[in-house]
Amino acid sequence: MTSISIKELVKVRPKLLPGHRHCPGCTAPIIVKLVLAVVDEPVVVVNATGCLQVATTIFPYTSWGVPWIHNAFENAAATASGIEAAFKALRKRGAISDDKVNIVVFGGDGGTYDIGFQSLSGMIERGHNILYVLYDNEAYMNTGIQRSGGTPYGASTTTSPYGTVIPGKPQHKKPIADIVVAHKAPYVGTATPAHWVDLINKVKKALSITGPKFLHVLSPCPRGWRYDASMSIEICKLAVDTCYFPLWECEKGTWRLTDRSLIIAKNPALKKPVEEFIKTQERFRHIMSERSEMIKELQAYVDAMWEDLLKRAEVK
Amino acid sequence: MLGTVKALNGAEAVALAVRQCNVDVISAYPITPQTIIVERLSEYVANGEIYAEYVNVESEHSALSVCMGAAAAGARTFTATSSQGLALMWELLYVTSGLRLPVVMAVVNRALSAPINIHCDHSDSIGARDSGWIQFYVETSQEAYDTVIQAFRIAEHSEVQLPVMVNLDGFYLSHTLENVSTLPDSVVSDFVGFRRPVNVKLEYLGREVPAVLDGITPISLGIIALSDYYYEFKMMLIEAMSKAKSVIREVNNKYREISGRGYGDGLITSYGVEGADAVLVIMGSAAGTVRHVAKELRSKGMRVGVLKLRSFRPFPHEEIVKALRGVKAIGVMDRATSPGAYGAPLFNELRNAFYDLDDRPVIINYIYGIGGRDLEPLTVKHIYEDLLETAKGVRPSKYVSYVGVRR
Repeated sequence: MTSISIKELVKVRPKLLPGHRHCPGCTAPIIVKLVLAVVDEPVVVVNATGCLQVATTIFPYTSWGVPWIHNAFENAAATASGIEAAFKALRKRGAISDDKVNIVVFGGDGGTYDIGFQSLSGMIERGHNILYVLYDNEAYMNTGIQRSGGTPYGASTTTSPYGTVIPGKPQHKKPIADIVVAHKAPYVGTATPAHWVDLINKVKKALSITGPKFLHVLSPCPRGWRYDASMSIEICKLAVDTCYFPLWECEKGTWRLTDRSLIIAKNPALKKPVEEFIKTQERFRHIMSERSEMIKELQAYVDAMWEDLLKRAEVK
Repeated sequence: MLGTVKALNGAEAVALAVRQCNVDVISAYPITPQTIIVERLSEYVANGEIYAEYVNVESEHSALSVCMGAAAAGARTFTATSSQGLALMWELLYVTSGLRLPVVMAVVNRALSAPINIHCDHSDSIGARDSGWIQFYVETSQEAYDTVIQAFRIAEHSEVQLPVMVNLDGFYLSHTLENVSTLPDSVVSDFVGFRRPVNVKLEYLGREVPAVLDGITPISLGIIALSDYYYEFKMMLIEAMSKAKSVIREVNNKYREISGRGYGDGLITSYGVEGADAVLVIMGSAAGTVRHVAKELRSKGMRVGVLKLRSFRPFPHEEIVKALRGVKAIGVMDRATSPGAYGAPLFNELRNAFYDLDDRPVIINYIYGIGGRDLEPLTVKHIYEDLLETAKGVRPSKYVSYVGVRR
């Protein structure tokens, strides 16, 4: 897989244009621009309800330089399925050319882990030729930082607040990408906007495969995670360096670690404690100051998931 | 032109019409009593009788979502459901009309839970009356067949661009064999053509483009419009619904030319209403029962009539008032309830339509057939007798009656 250089990347006509209303430091538009930079036209983008949708299409403006549709919160995958079916039927009756049309879905964690999960599961089971990109900012940010199935253990959100009885979210993050792998989707990968070459390579590989593809991208949110807006990319790096969010791909059942995570697997001394990641964010402040046992619990969970991943990827 | 007469139930008649209408994408989820429609369509697709893509989804919510995505990409789409399935689609009913996607859906009317019940009443679709869908209620399997064919032309008309719901009574129509006169495939195909998307002018492109997701043209569909623009979008939908009235008439007339069959002016049909003292207004299969009783009573010299409402949305209030001018007593037959309201939805709208007249008729609500309770001819006869008394000037004891219920 040949990668793309920054020089080439900046020449690509952007498909998400400037002028959108995302917060400073938001990684969602960075992810979208990186993904779409290597998605050839014709393309249709499908968006679940969420920050990305509302911040890019405040009528009478739109930031989308490509065909784009938002239907509702929980049905982006089904809507995309319908678009794919339409192109098939329209080709059969000769109404459109035989050119391949790429269909890319962007859904947040709420629209993917939770309310949109059934629709996503159906899309994968039916085998539609669609790339589904989850931008995971780990809570319902659009409605004001409520916990989702993607919110990590111990994080304080407005519906899992740090209280005297319940100290933040009691449950761990749902292993959404593993669940998609279990559907036998032909390509599943994880990525962050900090490891952008890895992200782009995964998009390119995904698009070379026919069938449902799933890319889980970590999308730090300065407002929700409570950190300085200049730190987003740094926090992505820490998420990977601590193995809180490892970079991997699973292509037709074969697991591989990629980029920085592969380096860490080969040199375990590089693996940083999860504390390095959580101490950068105010959503974990109470854990850092008052609940050291919760750091241990989170570390144990991260370690177990990482060990499991090493086994699957057969890294010796 | 007369076609072949086939013995079909209402569900099969709907499926046959869909088979003939050059539909591109079908997506549905099974629910009693709609299932026969999707089974037949699946067979047509499995046997290569139609080129449509059939997407077997995991819920009604996804069924409508698939149709919406497909319609947004330029496809002609069809789905079918009943009761709980329609309820699960609820939020998307509004999105479909808001995005102006001409999806056609057959609703095989069935009561809503709880208690769970598979039999007919109209509470499922009547509840969706404000969702911006055109709503037809059919009386026979023949009308179901004819209306589905007309629905595609109405939905996709450039002045309309709205989704259409064709409602047929669960079991009474969906599962009852009837002789249905069908048109040759080529005649139907010519009548409906293929879906051709309308053009819209995009200011930022400075040109007209087809309003579909073609992979190239950067249109944004499903944007956010707040207090500064939302109302204007809603108003455009309201105006399109209003324009649909003349389009329904026009398509009904055109269809009469190819089939020899029409349904009044497309909006209402009436029997014996001119010079009548008492008229019953009704939607759906029970119109046949009511007409049967009216005929019998008229043969005995009683001046009674029937007005069948075919289009509930748009609501043909002017046409109804005009058709029933001079009638002294009107009974409105509702097959849905609205707990806590003063009477059921059809009654309320119809009564409202007469409010501005100087000389208003007495209008009484009869709520019947809930959860599939049969409406017997004898009951209809008693209702007519009550109405005739009222027409003579006897003040009715009540204006809202629940017919055929044990208390």
